[in-house]
Amino acid sequence: MWTARIYVTLKPGVLDAQGDTVRSALETLGFKGLADVRVGKFMVLTLNGLTQKEATAQVEEMCKRLLANPVIEDYRFELEEAAG
Amino acid sequence: MRFGIVVFPGSWSHQDFYHVIVNVLQEEACYLWHKEADLHDSDCVILPGGFAHGDYLRSGAIARLSPVMRAVAAFAESGGLVLGSCNGFQVLTEAGLLPGALLANDCLHYRCRWVHLRTESRQTPFTSAMQPGQVVRMPISHGDGRYYIDQTGWKRLIDGDQIIFRYCDQTGALTNDANPNGSLDSIAGICNERRNVLGLMPHPERAAEPILGSEDGGLMFASILDAFVRSPLTTCGDRA
Repeated sequence: MWTARIYVTLKPGVLDAQGDTVRSALETLGFKGLADVRVGKFMVLTLNGLTQKEATAQVEEMCKRLLANPVIEDYRFELEEAAG
Repeated sequence: MRFGIVVFPGSWSHQDFYHVIVNVLQEEACYLWHKEADLHDSDCVILPGGFAHGDYLRSGAIARLSPVMRAVAAFAESGGLVLGSCNGFQVLTEAGLLPGALLANDCLHYRCRWVHLRTESRQTPFTSAMQPGQVVRMPISHGDGRYYIDQTGWKRLIDGDQIIFRYCDQTGALTNDANPNGSLDSIAGICNERRNVLGLMPHPERAAEPILGSEDGGLMFASILDAFVRSPLTTCGDRA
Protein backbone atom coordinates (compact mmCIF):
# COMPACT_ATOMS: atom_id res chain seq x y z
CA MET A 1 0.00 0.00 0.00
CA TRP A 2 1.31 3.42 -0.95
CA THR A 3 0.49 6.91 0.17
CA ALA A 4 1.00 9.64 -2.41
CA ARG A 5 1.20 13.23 -1.21
CA ILE A 6 0.56 15.54 -4.11
CA TYR A 7 1.29 19.28 -4.16
CA VAL A 8 -0.25 21.44 -6.88
CA THR A 9 0.77 25.11 -7.14
CA LEU A 10 0.34 27.88 -9.68
CA LYS A 11 3.34 28.23 -11.98
CA PRO A 12 5.87 30.87 -10.88
CA GLY A 13 4.83 33.37 -13.59
CA VAL A 14 1.10 33.14 -12.81
CA LEU A 15 -0.31 35.76 -10.43
CA ASP A 16 -1.51 34.06 -7.23
CA ALA A 17 -4.18 36.48 -6.02
CA GLN A 18 -4.96 34.32 -3.00
CA GLY A 19 -1.29 34.06 -2.05
CA ASP A 20 -0.89 37.85 -2.28
CA THR A 21 -3.92 38.36 -0.03
CA VAL A 22 -2.60 35.89 2.53
CA ARG A 23 0.77 37.69 2.48
CA SER A 24 -0.84 41.03 3.20
CA ALA A 25 -2.90 39.43 6.01
CA LEU A 26 0.30 38.03 7.55
CA GLU A 27 1.88 41.47 7.32
CA THR A 28 -1.17 42.92 9.06
CA LEU A 29 -0.41 40.53 11.92
CA GLY A 30 3.07 42.02 12.13
CA PHE A 31 5.09 39.25 10.47
CA LYS A 32 8.12 40.65 8.65
CA GLY A 33 10.40 39.53 5.86
CA LEU A 34 7.75 37.86 3.70
CA ALA A 35 9.03 37.91 0.12
CA ASP A 36 6.23 35.80 -1.33
CA VAL A 37 3.30 33.55 -0.41
CA ARG A 38 1.93 30.93 -2.77
CA VAL A 39 -1.29 29.06 -1.98
CA GLY A 40 -1.77 25.64 -3.56
CA LYS A 41 -3.56 22.33 -3.18
CA PHE A 42 -2.48 19.32 -1.19
CA MET A 43 -3.96 15.91 -1.98
CA VAL A 44 -3.37 12.55 -0.33
CA LEU A 45 -4.03 9.36 -2.29
CA THR A 46 -3.82 5.81 -1.03
CA LEU A 47 -2.99 3.15 -3.62
CA ASN A 48 -3.37 -0.58 -3.32
CA GLY A 49 -1.88 -3.58 -5.07
CA LEU A 50 0.75 -1.74 -7.11
CA THR A 51 4.53 -1.90 -7.16
CA GLN A 52 6.38 1.31 -6.33
CA LYS A 53 7.20 1.77 -10.00
CA GLU A 54 3.59 1.29 -11.07
CA ALA A 55 2.29 3.59 -8.35
CA THR A 56 4.76 6.31 -9.32
CA ALA A 57 3.83 6.04 -13.00
CA GLN A 58 0.15 6.11 -12.20
CA VAL A 59 0.29 9.16 -9.92
CA GLU A 60 2.38 10.96 -12.52
CA GLU A 61 -0.31 10.23 -15.11
CA MET A 62 -3.10 11.31 -12.73
CA CYS A 63 -1.37 14.66 -12.16
CA LYS A 64 -0.91 15.24 -15.87
CA ARG A 65 -4.41 14.25 -16.91
CA LEU A 66 -6.56 15.63 -14.12
CA LEU A 67 -5.10 16.75 -10.81
CA ALA A 68 -3.07 19.64 -12.25
CA ASN A 69 -3.75 21.83 -15.27
CA PRO A 70 -0.40 22.10 -17.08
CA VAL A 71 -1.40 25.48 -18.54
CA ILE A 72 -1.33 27.16 -15.13
CA GLU A 73 -0.07 24.69 -12.53
CA ASP A 74 3.02 22.73 -11.49
CA TYR A 75 2.88 19.58 -9.41
CA ARG A 76 5.16 17.35 -7.42
CA PHE A 77 4.49 14.33 -5.25
CA GLU A 78 6.05 12.04 -2.69
CA LEU A 79 5.32 8.33 -2.51
CA GLU A 80 5.64 6.51 0.77
CA GLU A 81 4.94 2.94 1.82
CA ALA A 82 1.85 2.92 4.04
CA ALA A 83 0.97 0.38 6.68
CA GLY A 84 -1.72 -1.78 5.19
CA MET B 1 -32.34 25.81 -36.30
CA ARG B 2 -31.91 23.45 -33.39
CA PHE B 3 -29.79 24.38 -30.38
CA GLY B 4 -28.60 21.71 -27.94
CA ILE B 5 -27.99 23.04 -24.44
CA VAL B 6 -25.71 20.89 -22.31
CA VAL B 7 -26.81 20.44 -18.71
CA PHE B 8 -24.30 19.35 -16.07
CA PRO B 9 -25.20 18.89 -12.41
CA GLY B 10 -24.70 22.47 -11.21
CA SER B 11 -25.43 24.26 -14.51
CA TRP B 12 -27.56 27.33 -13.95
CA SER B 13 -27.84 29.27 -17.22
CA HIS B 14 -29.37 26.51 -19.33
CA GLN B 15 -32.92 27.75 -18.74
CA ASP B 16 -31.94 31.31 -19.69
CA PHE B 17 -30.52 30.04 -22.98
CA TYR B 18 -33.62 27.91 -23.56
CA HIS B 19 -35.87 30.91 -22.95
CA VAL B 20 -33.99 33.14 -25.39
CA ILE B 21 -33.84 30.49 -28.12
CA VAL B 22 -37.46 29.34 -27.86
CA ASN B 23 -39.35 32.46 -26.74
CA VAL B 24 -37.25 35.28 -28.16
CA LEU B 25 -35.72 33.75 -31.30
CA GLN B 26 -38.61 31.31 -31.90
CA GLU B 27 -36.14 28.55 -32.73
CA GLU B 28 -35.85 24.99 -31.44
CA ALA B 29 -33.91 24.01 -28.33
CA CYS B 30 -33.33 20.84 -26.37
CA TYR B 31 -31.41 19.99 -23.22
CA LEU B 32 -28.49 17.57 -23.46
CA TRP B 33 -27.95 15.77 -20.16
CA HIS B 34 -24.23 15.37 -19.54
CA LYS B 35 -24.42 11.58 -19.12
CA GLU B 36 -25.57 11.10 -22.70
CA ALA B 37 -23.04 11.19 -25.54
CA ASP B 38 -25.75 12.19 -28.02
CA LEU B 39 -26.34 15.70 -29.35
CA HIS B 40 -29.84 14.88 -30.72
CA ASP B 41 -29.18 16.47 -34.15
CA SER B 42 -28.28 19.85 -32.72
CA ASP B 43 -27.04 22.46 -35.19
CA CYS B 44 -25.30 24.44 -32.47
CA VAL B 45 -24.21 23.27 -29.03
CA ILE B 46 -24.32 25.61 -26.03
CA LEU B 47 -22.29 25.08 -22.87
CA PRO B 48 -24.04 27.29 -20.30
CA GLY B 49 -22.85 28.97 -17.13
CA GLY B 50 -23.04 27.56 -13.64
CA PHE B 51 -20.88 25.45 -11.39
CA ALA B 52 -20.69 22.08 -13.15
CA HIS B 53 -19.86 19.36 -10.63
CA GLY B 54 -19.47 22.05 -8.01
CA ASP B 55 -16.35 23.35 -9.80
CA TYR B 56 -14.47 20.83 -7.65
CA LEU B 57 -10.72 20.62 -8.25
CA ARG B 58 -10.86 23.43 -10.86
CA SER B 59 -13.73 25.05 -12.74
CA GLY B 60 -14.65 22.72 -15.59
CA ALA B 61 -12.08 20.05 -14.71
CA ILE B 62 -14.61 17.33 -13.89
CA ALA B 63 -17.24 18.44 -16.42
CA ARG B 64 -14.92 17.88 -19.35
CA LEU B 65 -14.91 14.16 -18.48
CA SER B 66 -18.69 13.81 -18.89
CA PRO B 67 -19.80 11.54 -21.78
CA VAL B 68 -21.51 14.45 -23.57
CA MET B 69 -18.14 16.15 -23.96
CA ARG B 70 -16.88 13.35 -26.22
CA ALA B 71 -19.79 14.10 -28.54
CA VAL B 72 -19.17 17.85 -28.27
CA ALA B 73 -15.48 17.38 -29.16
CA ALA B 74 -16.39 15.25 -32.19
CA PHE B 75 -19.02 17.80 -33.24
CA ALA B 76 -16.47 20.63 -32.97
CA GLU B 77 -13.95 18.55 -34.89
CA SER B 78 -16.46 18.16 -37.74
CA GLY B 79 -16.98 21.93 -37.86
CA GLY B 80 -20.09 22.20 -35.66
CA LEU B 81 -20.77 25.47 -33.82
CA VAL B 82 -20.03 25.36 -30.10
CA LEU B 83 -20.62 28.34 -27.80
CA GLY B 84 -19.48 28.29 -24.19
CA SER B 85 -20.44 31.08 -21.80
CA CYS B 86 -19.00 31.54 -18.31
CA ASN B 87 -18.64 28.05 -16.83
CA GLY B 88 -19.03 26.75 -20.40
CA PHE B 89 -15.90 28.72 -21.37
CA GLN B 90 -14.05 27.15 -18.44
CA VAL B 91 -15.17 23.68 -19.54
CA LEU B 92 -13.98 24.35 -23.11
CA THR B 93 -10.49 25.35 -21.93
CA GLU B 94 -10.24 22.36 -19.58
CA ALA B 95 -11.35 20.10 -22.44
CA GLY B 96 -8.63 21.52 -24.68
CA LEU B 97 -11.17 22.80 -27.22
CA LEU B 98 -9.93 26.34 -26.54
CA PRO B 99 -6.42 27.38 -25.42
CA GLY B 100 -5.53 28.95 -22.07
CA ALA B 101 -7.19 28.73 -18.66
CA LEU B 102 -9.42 30.73 -16.31
CA LEU B 103 -8.10 31.59 -12.86
CA ALA B 104 -9.62 33.19 -9.75
CA ASN B 105 -10.45 36.87 -10.31
CA ASP B 106 -7.47 39.00 -9.26
CA CYS B 107 -9.70 40.89 -6.79
CA LEU B 108 -10.79 37.53 -5.30
CA HIS B 109 -14.40 38.78 -5.33
CA TYR B 110 -17.22 37.07 -7.14
CA ARG B 111 -18.16 39.73 -9.69
CA CYS B 112 -21.75 40.11 -10.80
CA ARG B 113 -22.20 43.27 -12.87
CA TRP B 114 -22.67 44.74 -16.32
CA VAL B 115 -19.54 45.12 -18.41
CA HIS B 116 -18.67 46.61 -21.78
CA LEU B 117 -16.96 44.49 -24.39
CA ARG B 118 -15.18 45.55 -27.54
CA THR B 119 -15.85 43.29 -30.51
CA GLU B 120 -12.35 42.56 -31.77
CA SER B 121 -13.30 40.33 -34.67
CA ARG B 122 -16.43 39.86 -36.73
CA GLN B 123 -14.87 36.97 -38.57
CA THR B 124 -16.69 34.28 -36.60
CA PRO B 125 -20.14 32.72 -36.96
CA PHE B 126 -20.89 34.20 -33.51
CA THR B 127 -20.07 37.87 -34.15
CA SER B 128 -20.80 38.53 -37.83
CA ALA B 129 -23.90 40.62 -36.97
CA MET B 130 -21.84 43.10 -34.93
CA GLN B 131 -20.17 46.22 -36.32
CA PRO B 132 -16.36 46.31 -36.45
CA GLY B 133 -15.12 47.34 -33.01
CA GLN B 134 -18.67 47.60 -31.69
CA VAL B 135 -18.88 48.12 -27.94
CA VAL B 136 -21.55 45.84 -26.50
CA ARG B 137 -22.99 45.52 -23.02
CA MET B 138 -23.54 42.20 -21.26
CA PRO B 139 -23.49 40.97 -17.66
CA ILE B 140 -20.79 38.89 -16.03
CA SER B 141 -21.27 36.66 -13.01
CA HIS B 142 -18.18 34.71 -12.01
CA GLY B 143 -15.42 34.10 -9.50
CA ASP B 144 -12.93 32.43 -11.85
CA GLY B 145 -12.80 34.65 -14.91
CA ARG B 146 -9.16 35.73 -15.16
CA TYR B 147 -8.05 34.55 -18.57
CA TYR B 148 -4.45 33.37 -18.70
CA ILE B 149 -2.26 31.95 -21.43
CA ASP B 150 1.54 31.86 -21.79
CA GLN B 151 3.37 34.31 -24.05
CA THR B 152 3.61 31.90 -26.96
CA GLY B 153 -0.07 31.07 -26.80
CA TRP B 154 -0.99 34.74 -26.48
CA LYS B 155 1.00 35.62 -29.59
CA ARG B 156 -0.69 32.78 -31.43
CA LEU B 157 -4.13 34.15 -30.44
CA ILE B 158 -3.21 37.61 -31.72
CA ASP B 159 -1.69 36.34 -34.96
CA GLY B 160 -4.70 34.13 -35.58
CA ASP B 161 -7.24 36.91 -34.86
CA GLN B 162 -8.67 34.64 -32.16
CA ILE B 163 -9.29 37.28 -29.48
CA ILE B 164 -12.95 38.07 -30.09
CA PHE B 165 -13.96 40.20 -27.09
CA ARG B 166 -11.98 42.45 -24.75
CA TYR B 167 -13.30 44.16 -21.61
CA CYS B 168 -13.41 47.92 -22.17
CA ASP B 169 -15.10 51.07 -20.88
CA GLN B 170 -18.18 52.50 -22.57
CA THR B 171 -16.04 54.39 -25.07
CA GLY B 172 -14.22 51.21 -26.07
CA ALA B 173 -10.98 52.06 -24.23
CA LEU B 174 -9.12 49.21 -22.55
CA THR B 175 -8.48 50.35 -18.98
CA ASN B 176 -7.57 48.53 -15.77
CA ASP B 177 -10.85 49.66 -14.22
CA ALA B 178 -12.83 48.15 -17.07
CA ASN B 179 -11.13 44.76 -16.65
CA PRO B 180 -13.27 43.07 -13.97
CA ASN B 181 -11.05 40.09 -13.20
CA GLY B 182 -7.46 40.82 -14.22
CA SER B 183 -7.65 38.90 -17.48
CA LEU B 184 -4.50 38.93 -19.59
CA ASP B 185 -4.76 41.58 -22.31
CA SER B 186 -8.35 42.27 -21.14
CA ILE B 187 -9.45 39.08 -22.87
CA ALA B 188 -13.15 38.30 -22.34
CA GLY B 189 -13.70 35.83 -25.19
CA ILE B 190 -11.70 33.82 -27.72
CA CYS B 191 -12.30 31.33 -30.51
CA ASN B 192 -10.37 28.34 -31.78
CA GLU B 193 -8.23 28.38 -34.94
CA ARG B 194 -11.06 27.01 -37.03
CA ARG B 195 -13.39 29.71 -35.58
CA ASN B 196 -16.30 27.33 -34.89
CA VAL B 197 -15.79 27.16 -31.11
CA LEU B 198 -16.15 30.34 -29.05
CA GLY B 199 -15.90 30.86 -25.31
CA LEU B 200 -16.60 34.04 -23.37
CA MET B 201 -17.06 34.85 -19.68
CA PRO B 202 -20.02 37.26 -20.14
CA HIS B 203 -23.62 36.09 -20.55
CA PRO B 204 -25.15 36.91 -23.98
CA GLU B 205 -28.32 35.03 -22.95
CA ARG B 206 -28.94 37.52 -20.14
CA ALA B 207 -28.77 40.45 -22.56
CA ALA B 208 -31.08 39.50 -25.40
CA GLU B 209 -34.27 41.40 -24.51
CA PRO B 210 -35.03 45.10 -23.90
CA ILE B 211 -36.62 44.30 -20.54
CA LEU B 212 -33.23 43.04 -19.32
CA GLY B 213 -31.50 46.31 -20.16
CA SER B 214 -29.55 45.21 -23.22
CA GLU B 215 -30.19 43.39 -26.46
CA ASP B 216 -26.51 43.23 -27.40
CA GLY B 217 -26.24 39.53 -26.55
CA GLY B 218 -28.93 38.97 -29.16
CA LEU B 219 -26.41 39.96 -31.83
CA MET B 220 -24.51 36.75 -31.09
CA PHE B 221 -27.65 34.67 -31.61
CA ALA B 222 -28.44 36.62 -34.80
CA SER B 223 -24.93 35.86 -36.05
CA ILE B 224 -25.35 32.14 -35.36
CA LEU B 225 -28.71 32.04 -37.15
CA ASP B 226 -27.26 33.94 -40.09
CA ALA B 227 -24.33 31.50 -40.35
CA PHE B 228 -26.76 28.59 -40.27
CA VAL B 229 -29.06 30.03 -42.92
CA ARG B 230 -26.13 30.78 -45.21
CA SER B 231 -24.46 27.42 -44.86
CA PRO B 232 -26.18 24.86 -42.67
CA LEU B 233 -24.16 21.91 -43.87
CA THR B 234 -20.66 23.26 -44.01
CA THR B 235 -20.84 25.57 -41.02
CA CYS B 236 -22.76 23.46 -38.61
CA GLY B 237 -21.21 20.04 -38.73
CA ASP B 238 -20.88 17.46 -41.47
CA ARG B 239 -24.33 16.02 -41.91
CA ALA B 240 -24.06 14.20 -45.21
